[in-house]
Amino acid sequence: MKKNNEKRNLISIEILGLLLGLIWLAPFYLMIVNAFKTKRDIFSGVLGFPEEPVFANFVEAFIDLAFLKSLFNSVLITGLSIAIIILFSSMAGYALARNKSKMSGIMFFIFVAAMLIPFQSVMIPLVSIFGQANMLNAGGLIFMYLGFGCSLSIFLYHGAMTGVSKSMDEAAIIDGANRFQLFWFIIFPLLKPISVTVGILNVIWIWNDYLLPSLVLSESNATIPLKMFYFFGQYTKQWHLALAGLTIAILPVIIGYFFAQKQIINGVSEGAVK
Amino acid sequence: MQNRSLAFWLFLTPVILGLGIVVVIPFFYGLFYSFTDWNGITADEFLGFENYINLFQEDEFMSSIWFTVKFAIVTVILLNIMGLGLALLVTRNIKSSNLLRTVFFMPNLIGGLILGFIWQFIFISVFGDIAGLTGIEGLNGWLSTTNTGFWGLVILTAWQMAGYIMIIYIAYLENIPKELIEAAKIDGASSFQRFKNITFPLVAPAFTVSMFLTLSMAFKIYDQNLSLTNGGPFNSTQMVAMEIVRTAFSDNQMAYAQAKAVIFFLIVAVIAMTQVYYNKKREVEM
Repeated sequence: MKKNNEKRNLISIEILGLLLGLIWLAPFYLMIVNAFKTKRDIFSGVLGFPEEPVFANFVEAFIDLAFLKSLFNSVLITGLSIAIIILFSSMAGYALARNKSKMSGIMFFIFVAAMLIPFQSVMIPLVSIFGQANMLNAGGLIFMYLGFGCSLSIFLYHGAMTGVSKSMDEAAIIDGANRFQLFWFIIFPLLKPISVTVGILNVIWIWNDYLLPSLVLSESNATIPLKMFYFFGQYTKQWHLALAGLTIAILPVIIGYFFAQKQIINGVSEGAVK
Repeated sequence: MQNRSLAFWLFLTPVILGLGIVVVIPFFYGLFYSFTDWNGITADEFLGFENYINLFQEDEFMSSIWFTVKFAIVTVILLNIMGLGLALLVTRNIKSSNLLRTVFFMPNLIGGLILGFIWQFIFISVFGDIAGLTGIEGLNGWLSTTNTGFWGLVILTAWQMAGYIMIIYIAYLENIPKELIEAAKIDGASSFQRFKNITFPLVAPAFTVSMFLTLSMAFKIYDQNLSLTNGGPFNSTQMVAMEIVRTAFSDNQMAYAQAKAVIFFLIVAVIAMTQVYYNKKREVEM
């Protein structure tokens, strides 16, 4: 009897979960079905399937978004930012964790404390300084991402270093390696799991960032979110095109999530709980 | 690795330059210029606290702070209830557990700007359509009043972030020893009693973590605000982050906007410090 009850309970929980899941997906459903409709179709009803799917919306949105170019800009800027954040933060995390001096403690504190500063509090002088240095471009943006991304990353690497035994260092030094060889060939590979976490956390944030690129980049070298903003402004009231554009814009993320969902969820959980 | 060693400093140089030039210098630079009539390039006059006095008398700024505070209170409560609820759901022994985790978490991966645009369509067209079908007038014009605009932002944020908070609660739920629950079951504890006496106390630390995250997230929200309501109608759904961007780059009042940004920093810092303080206090008790 009790077993049966429990089973029935689980089934009702399962059904509840699936219903909630459908509610969660509803916004995406509404976006996609309406992206396939004509303007008139949308006007006569948004809930159902299109009478006849229209693909022209996607073609037009693809062209107006300059999608391949925006995608290229997003990939380039995100990729380079992540690469330097991972490289430089892991080096710093290693150096700070292996050095037990007061100076090192102060430096670590400054890096962590900087996380308290919201972006808006440094935004205006940042744009002013970079503007005067003629650095309001993709290169400047990538450097800014290093500055904003390194705090959390150093914190995570610093924590992960406690799991790397000091005898590694000693053995390598005895074998004649210098600090850089030791780091690059021994320590950095051991930090790979945390590098994946750091990479995922920073990709999610940098890929989707809108405000900073909007202050730094021009429309011709816009990333996807920035281009989407211009695009949407152009097509307010033309939902069929706007929705097709939105669908295209989130496609790379959905594809990425499909292939790496486990790592992404684990990475986020690791970063959030630490 | 010694302080004096060249290697120590070489390893740190890139991040010192990064953090220094991007965060630390602009922070103090901005702090100084908030006391002047700075226009983004030059400042002619030192004004003392004039900018600060003015901003506390400005209705638009004060109402943006008040709106943000209300938003933060509602979203923190809602997100924690939803996050814990979803976490309890997907940690049960159900078949669709992994699929559901993936689905609930999905909105987090897509930027707030894009999500705001999607929900703009839902609140305007879909809600309008449902109002037409069901005759519920209240669903019309959701983004055109302050009150419904507020709830629109809350719904969007809850839908986006609940999956993230869920992940945090899952991490703590999965650390609860199975034997503890089993023993309570054998002793005849009902599922409510098990939740109240075992699960809830053991996931309490997750609440501290997620409260910190949700609070600071709610205060710093910008993209969703911009793309969903654009602050309208009449700036009544404009949150602090957006108010600062507008003052700086639409109204071109750099020093004044920077003073607002300093106040913004103080609010966020006080919240974070209070959190850490209580966190530490509780850890000692436990």
